[in-house]
Amino acid sequence: MTDQFEPTIIGFTCNWCSYRAADLAGTARIKYAPNVRLIRLMCSGRLDPTFILRALSSGADGVMITGCHPGECHYLEQNYKALRRFLLLRRVLEGMGIESGRVKLVWASAAEGVKFAGETTAFVEEVRKLGPLNWGKPVEKLENLQEEISRSEEVPA
Amino acid sequence: MTVNGKKPKFAMYWAASCGGCEIAVLNIHEKILDVDANFDVVFWPVAMDAKYKDVEAMEDGSILLTLFNGGIRNDENEHIAKLLRRKSKILVAFGSCACEGCIPALANLSPVGEIVQTAFNTLTTDNPHEIYPRTTFDVPEGELHIPKLAPILRSLEQVVDVDYFMPGCPPESHQVAAVVDLVIKVVKGEAELPLKGAVIGVGNSTVCDECPRARNVKTITAFKRIQDIAPPDPILCLLEQGIPCNGPATRSGCNARCPQAGAQCIGCYGPAEGVLDYGARLITAFASIIDAKEPEEIERILDGIPDPTGQMYRFSLAGSLLKANRNAWVKS
Repeated sequence: MTDQFEPTIIGFTCNWCSYRAADLAGTARIKYAPNVRLIRLMCSGRLDPTFILRALSSGADGVMITGCHPGECHYLEQNYKALRRFLLLRRVLEGMGIESGRVKLVWASAAEGVKFAGETTAFVEEVRKLGPLNWGKPVEKLENLQEEISRSEEVPA
Repeated sequence: MTVNGKKPKFAMYWAASCGGCEIAVLNIHEKILDVDANFDVVFWPVAMDAKYKDVEAMEDGSILLTLFNGGIRNDENEHIAKLLRRKSKILVAFGSCACEGCIPALANLSPVGEIVQTAFNTLTTDNPHEIYPRTTFDVPEGELHIPKLAPILRSLEQVVDVDYFMPGCPPESHQVAAVVDLVIKVVKGEAELPLKGAVIGVGNSTVCDECPRARNVKTITAFKRIQDIAPPDPILCLLEQGIPCNGPATRSGCNARCPQAGAQCIGCYGPAEGVLDYGARLITAFASIIDAKEPEEIERILDGIPDPTGQMYRFSLAGSLLKANRNAWVKS
């Protein structure tokens, strides 16, 4: 046992491709980081940004979104919607102080078990470098100016 | 109209807010006389003189209706919120600030120290001796206190139990008048109160639903600021013209006033019915109409929204899932 930080990752997978890629990785006994908790959706287009915000605010350190390759969506174009949501959400998250590296979008077809496993492991390492997110808990990197204010010079009369 | 020979009591308070909600209440015009005729106004700092100790001396639950506007930004706001909760039978989070933070909650994007620094020591504020307000100060008569700022602004519901929510910045006066009428009817025994936790004085749909502008299939290739389009088409949906209009995520109730007047909806009525996170709904709406498939092209279009976090959470940051910038939660 080491004291190394183990990030909690929520992974959203598409029923038609990336979930099957994960399945394939499993049946092929490909090893990948166990930090990811997969949630199966019918399509990456089902992914409401609310799910990602809920995951991050409830203790996840990172979120992985996976879907079919562009042009291969089972529902024609919904993975493009997922892509646009992801790109816009990432901008919003930066304004909230969440590093863009904590949310990742991966395209993986049902045949790409190896790719899925590799991307998952790489993402876990990236988030491990970023450290725990601990959303809603006080962070230590900034000094509390309020304390300094109460210690500051008296106001001259 | 009396209860036990006395008129029921009414209170209104402002915490971290601008005072616009009070003006919205006064904007109900002659109906304000009905308020006076049916209620005994016991506490309303904007309109009449009253001391906190007068409220503290009241019996618990003795105020029938309290309209609380403003977010909870400092310990004074929190103290009065808890006090009025104890003293009131019906506590209404009145206006966007009390419901989901509104404009004051945008300060949740910065640590409190930075906020004070900006206010007291920037280029626009001459403060060569680095003098900042302190929470306590000794004077010959004793110790003076000013309220201490909290790390982040919270909505009223995040501090005390709230009976009803009435969003809007400010709530539209016709909605205020309708709610006043309802409460008077309830007091007279002619109507029943809505279920606890209900959002009152609103519609159950989105601003788009009330908006008379023409809507087609939306595909946009650029977001534009409204001042850069002169003038916007008076009939066509603003979003279709590339103006980032927040209507699709925003609760109805205002009769789509801004879009009707040619300005985009900025979202003051808060999340629509069933929406957990306002920004997430708006991200979904905007992402759906962008007509691009290549990441570079999408990024170029998104560059047209200069402040994405502010755009998505202008009125709803404190009530959102994330509530604040990570740096705002500073360890004390």
